Amino acid sequence: MAAFKLPKYAAMLVMAVFTLYFLTPLWWLFVASGKKDGQVTEGSPLLPDHFALGANLADLFHYNDGIFLRWMANSIGYTVGAALLGTLLAGMCGYALAKYVFRGRELIFNIVLGGVLVPATALALPLFLMFSKVELANTFWSVFLPSLVNPFGVYLGRIYAAASVPDELLEAARIDGSGEVRTFFTLSTRLMAPAFVTIFLFHFVAVWNNFMLPLIMLGNERLFPVTLGLYSWNTQVNQHPELRALVLVGAFVSLVPMVIAFLSLQRFWRSGLGAGSIK
Amino acid sequence: MRLRARSIAILLLSTLSITACSSGGDDDAATTAGAASCAPSSGPVTLTYTTWIPNIEKVVDVWNKANPDIQVKVQTGPNGNGGTYANFFNQLKAGNAPDLGHIEYDALPSFRVQDGLTDLGSCDIVASAQSKFIDWTWNQVSFGEQGHVYGIPQDAGPMALFYRKDLFEKNNIPVPTTWEEYAAAAAKVKAAGGYITNFSQSDINQFAGLAWQAGAHWFGNDGTNWTVSMTDDATKKVADYWQGLIDKKLVSSVPPWTPEWDNAYNSSSAWTWVSAVWGANSIASGAPKTSGKWAVAPMPQWSAGEKVAGNWGGSSTAVFKTSKHPYEAAKFALWLNTSTEALTLLNKEANLYPATKEGASLPALKEGVEFYGGQPIYDVFAEASTQVKADFTWGPTMTQTYADASDGFKKAVTGQSTLTQALTDAQAKTVSTLKSQSIPVKE
Repeated sequence: MAAFKLPKYAAMLVMAVFTLYFLTPLWWLFVASGKKDGQVTEGSPLLPDHFALGANLADLFHYNDGIFLRWMANSIGYTVGAALLGTLLAGMCGYALAKYVFRGRELIFNIVLGGVLVPATALALPLFLMFSKVELANTFWSVFLPSLVNPFGVYLGRIYAAASVPDELLEAARIDGSGEVRTFFTLSTRLMAPAFVTIFLFHFVAVWNNFMLPLIMLGNERLFPVTLGLYSWNTQVNQHPELRALVLVGAFVSLVPMVIAFLSLQRFWRSGLGAGSIK
Repeated sequence: MRLRARSIAILLLSTLSITACSSGGDDDAATTAGAASCAPSSGPVTLTYTTWIPNIEKVVDVWNKANPDIQVKVQTGPNGNGGTYANFFNQLKAGNAPDLGHIEYDALPSFRVQDGLTDLGSCDIVASAQSKFIDWTWNQVSFGEQGHVYGIPQDAGPMALFYRKDLFEKNNIPVPTTWEEYAAAAAKVKAAGGYITNFSQSDINQFAGLAWQAGAHWFGNDGTNWTVSMTDDATKKVADYWQGLIDKKLVSSVPPWTPEWDNAYNSSSAWTWVSAVWGANSIASGAPKTSGKWAVAPMPQWSAGEKVAGNWGGSSTAVFKTSKHPYEAAKFALWLNTSTEALTLLNKEANLYPATKEGASLPALKEGVEFYGGQPIYDVFAEASTQVKADFTWGPTMTQTYADASDGFKKAVTGQSTLTQALTDAQAKTVSTLKSQSIPVKE
């Protein structure tokens, strides 16, 4: 019997090791965020002492008239807005490519797929020049509009729609007199819900982590997302060491929305990925 | 994180050079139009100013209140090499660069070479302000060209010797005044269980300051051609000297600006640091346990009795070529960098050390500093600032030069190479980079 149980324990052990491996940096960040005046090297790196997270948070939220809170709000604005709208666009596009037969369908699909291969970083500079032409550089829109695009979402949407929305059902809806748009929003979106959540999560993470685009587009600090804001503080640590503490606490706080998004949406994500693969 | 910043800078610059090649001939027309005029604009003017000085808003507010007709809108972001320089180049290309920008001395030549700056030499107010600035800082912004100015000097980084007074006294080690004595002290410090200093493993900037003191001339420009000489005799002397200390393991070599670096000083393992005036703050915040035990002395000299200092850092406020209001921009830049009220605020809020002659006597720079046992340390730097050699010029591709030299330095401190070899390689790569960007270079 023991011989049969061994693989299970081994699997548990591997998982435990990896959990530790992934959580240790987070724990370090938590402990470091709590250290007084950013004295990261003082005391033990993994045991909280002189715990002053509250005071550090207060410093963070008050520094430079509370610019950090503004950055967090910006990030949430860019991310949630772009992820919601981008998911809808990608879902509709994938659905159309899956369910309607028209000339050039495969061509469009292949071009979109090609878009998956182009790194967003490479597009930042051309986008900047284009947005400068229409005088939209250094505005909210210069980061928001490019963030709506999600070719991988279109791909996922098409695959999922093809697998989960039966043609017969659409046929029935048409016979009952439902228009295409109404059918999409009342019927197909429900069938595709897991795909939407998956696309949303991927998109959310991609926009939240997007760094190059805002770095190039934005000059106005009040428009920065939190990633760029923390980065700009961090580039000044050499000459203004007091910023190091703020960077650490800020990095810690900036993780919170991501954790919330994952914890609340992860069960959909799991079922979404699974369902797509079986069918 | 520094490495990451550097790779981003390189990435940005490389995308930039691709676009720079395709720029075409429209630049020449802008040149002639921009350079000549420095006439005041009629009516109220709004200027934009991009910098990364913390709390700069407080300084600009003072100006805006006093000058309703010249309003300055300030924008802040990452430091120059962290992305702001690349943004400036992109914005120059796209035609939406700010009127004024914060540019460090070592980056100014690259903007000059790309023809991104307004020559303020024809502005009377600028020309007449020259005498207010310490001579060498003016050379950093005029590149030694008479009648031309490409930025207003803002701050300086004169270097001196930070040392642990308590430990030197306790171990009866005299404070070194020459580099020879410094090496002798290094051996004694090692015997007492410490390191005389930390030779930061990838910090080419500090080394540049040391070479500057020794009389190095890394770059030159005769009007058309650049020369690169990162292995001249003075530089070799400095490289061999530090190589000797590294080989004898008399210095530690943790990376700069890291918690490890802080720790080396906080735990009293490193006893001195030859650094710039702004370094006073780095030690104070990195090594709080050693408060009150430090002192500052002039930089060790290459020959006894000399009085020469190096410089590390410093920046200027430049007016971009695309600015439509160079006169007003110059006026603001002069106020920002010469008026007592602005300099006092810049020093208080951002720890900037002024580039003007009078700046050295700001009240805040006359006081004793508690961390340094109450010593009025800025007196030492004020003197050092007047002893910096005026003829050191930066090259037009410093981001690349720094990156290549730093890579080599990292190998040198770990024993796989030497500092001289690193400089030789950086020299060759710099020449080939200049050529690849079609910048004329004489070999």
